[in-house]
Amino acid sequence: MAQAAIELTGINKSFGAVQANRDINLVIERGTIRGIVGENGAGKSTLMSILYGFYQADSGEIKVDGKPVSIKTPNDAIALGIGMVHQHFMLVENFTVIENVILGAESEALLNKSIAKARSELERLEREYGLEVDPDAIIEELPVGLQQRVEILKALYRGAEILILDEPTGVLTPAEADHLFRILQQLKEQGKTIVLITHKLREIMAITDTVSVMRQGTIVATRETAGTTVEELAELMVGRRVLLQVEKGEASPAEVKLAVKGLTVKDSRGVTMVDDVSVDVAAGEIVGIAGVAGNGQSELIEAICGIRRAESGSVLLDGKPIDVTGIADPGELRDRGLAHVPEDRHHVGLVLAFEENENSILGYHDKPLYLKGPFLNIDAIRNDAREKIEKFDIRPGDCRLRTANFSGGNQQKIVLAREMEQDPGVLVVGQPTRGVDVGAIEFIHKQLIAMRDRGKAVLLISVELDEIRSLSDRILVMFDGRIVGERGAEATEGELGLLMAGVEQQEAAE
Amino acid sequence: MEFVDTLINIGNSTIRVSVPLLLACLAGLYSERSGVFDIGLEGKMLAGAFAGAAAAAVFQSAWIGLGIGMLISVMLSLVHGFASITHRGNQIVSGVAINFIAAGSTIILGQAWFNQGGRTPSLPPEARFGSITLPGADALRDVPVIGQLYSGLLSGHSLLAYVAFLAVPFTWWVLFRTRFGLRLRAVGENPAAVDTAGISVAWLRYRAVICTGILTGIAGCYMALSQNAGFVKDMTAGRGYIALAALIFAKWKPVPAMFACLLFGFLDALAIRLQGTPLPLVGKVPVQLMQALPYILTVILLAGFIGKAIPPRAGGVPYVKER
Repeated sequence: MAQAAIELTGINKSFGAVQANRDINLVIERGTIRGIVGENGAGKSTLMSILYGFYQADSGEIKVDGKPVSIKTPNDAIALGIGMVHQHFMLVENFTVIENVILGAESEALLNKSIAKARSELERLEREYGLEVDPDAIIEELPVGLQQRVEILKALYRGAEILILDEPTGVLTPAEADHLFRILQQLKEQGKTIVLITHKLREIMAITDTVSVMRQGTIVATRETAGTTVEELAELMVGRRVLLQVEKGEASPAEVKLAVKGLTVKDSRGVTMVDDVSVDVAAGEIVGIAGVAGNGQSELIEAICGIRRAESGSVLLDGKPIDVTGIADPGELRDRGLAHVPEDRHHVGLVLAFEENENSILGYHDKPLYLKGPFLNIDAIRNDAREKIEKFDIRPGDCRLRTANFSGGNQQKIVLAREMEQDPGVLVVGQPTRGVDVGAIEFIHKQLIAMRDRGKAVLLISVELDEIRSLSDRILVMFDGRIVGERGAEATEGELGLLMAGVEQQEAAE
Repeated sequence: MEFVDTLINIGNSTIRVSVPLLLACLAGLYSERSGVFDIGLEGKMLAGAFAGAAAAAVFQSAWIGLGIGMLISVMLSLVHGFASITHRGNQIVSGVAINFIAAGSTIILGQAWFNQGGRTPSLPPEARFGSITLPGADALRDVPVIGQLYSGLLSGHSLLAYVAFLAVPFTWWVLFRTRFGLRLRAVGENPAAVDTAGISVAWLRYRAVICTGILTGIAGCYMALSQNAGFVKDMTAGRGYIALAALIFAKWKPVPAMFACLLFGFLDALAIRLQGTPLPLVGKVPVQLMQALPYILTVILLAGFIGKAIPPRAGGVPYVKER
């Protein structure tokens, strides 16, 4: 067996009453790629933050290269050759690449000298690992894939031998993710040790040598990647068997419920975000819109749901127009049977400071059912909330709890329960399972299919290609504000990936 | 030649009026570039002016006055830092509190110590920063235009005025040519990036507010020890706020900050010059209108002429480690 690069023994860490890490023992061999998987809140990020000196463990021992060390600050970690690529990039957006790379590791008090010294070193690293980036480009003008390379370069420039990547592919196109994996493979061949934190099991299977599964703050299993399966890992993560692919029958689309025609939307800076988009959604079908985040999907659903004004185009709901270029009112659309599960539940979907029962009727609070004269009928609202909690298995099952105290997955269920239980004719869903655990994803997917089978029209927007492929009856791909292709449910990932990356339709078809 | 004289006169008073604005504006630049908004420039200037004048009166020394003025101003900025960096308080509330403390305590202490209705005793020339005559200014006085400009406009200001204008290229150099400047700009944009790079966010921001304190201290001392011969209550008269406006106008950049301050200073100088002078076509304009002119123009300029001023992205937000 290769020598251990990192050895963690008996690591414990609590935040108040919550024990985030419990008696963690982990050995990572030099020159390997180790995957760490687990649901949200399983303690992956906490463990890595301890290793990077963001937090200190309450107890336990860390050895790097066989020597016991104490890591109190990120500086200590950097000195020990540990580098981290964070999920949200730690870059100064209006700085150049090279300024970001040297920040905190400047060799001189004067900037020009530091930059001159860094330049040749940076060029060497870029050549050696295939990490080409223009050192003088401004970060905010680079695509996310390149920004991530800058993060990796930052770590390598500081002499990292051990590289931790936290959910690195969340913002990448499939092609960019493949490129990243090639880079990681190359780093491994040069003897670097890589720790990959992710919840995407397919990535684990594709690139890691060994994989450790975390659940509720402990490591429940470590497997050779070659000797395990996606199903086994999912079961270990959740603690029970999980259906990764929801079962669904043939769709039987009926009349068109939602007809979008030539919709064009600009953002506040006047940039065209949605460019002449047309989509029909029929009763009894799920239409999925795939695309890398930021290609206009968000603006499209906001315009349809009356949150953002469109420049031009028309939307028909049950054959009657929605005034998308004027004063479409989300409340009125709700009455007409258009429900909307927004992408960003924290800012648009919920008032986190409210109690669960208040959020579970928000937007529908003026329905006679919830009113007693001019006042809210508190008893009716709470009973209604309890029914939804029961049906959607929202935990903890207390309708008086502040919404902020629910986990991400349960918050998402609150929003879904609110919108679905009003029995709308059309449901527009944005990122239904973002930040949601594997177990809850299965439940949410089943609910969406059940809606379809009840003859509702569902428009689904997601950056998770797997989700789009397993739920949709028809798949549209959005790139740079335009629909660049339509495919059936049987479309392959590679085919959709090319479309998402903006490769011309004809090329993709070949 | 009278026309040239008038222009030189206006230019001269423009410079004099601009100096405290410029110092305060650069002071705000250090703090705000690091992500700490500072509405308390006014209070720190005022406290610096009072402390400087009081110390100069007691010790009969301009230099001791300057030292004490800077010290008190730095202490107030550390209070702002303690509230908004260490305790992550609201930066506006903390800044406003400092303004109130300075406005009230300078008068109370001044009355208690010197018994002159809140003033400090009038300072003799040796306890002030008098005007400096640049070499050769007297000899060149009679050379048309160039000589007049040199001796009339550039020469004859207080040492602190030259310090203020030299602080502009110096600040630019610090900000864009040194390691400290790179980190300072970074911490105002994305403190998390600085933290993960292994640099202390708090220590960096504290150093920035100390720079702010030093400069507001000099600004106050210029007013009390150069422009005037002592402290008068409320003598800063809103210059700290105008400096903030100039900072936004200049989009947090040192050289544009200088031009913004000169512009505001010019409007002020013009207003003083035109008081009581009948204007062609309009006739005599009420004094109040002339006095209001700089402020009215400030509003118009800020509202319409600067385009979108994007402040440092992390400005006003205390840094909390995630989770």
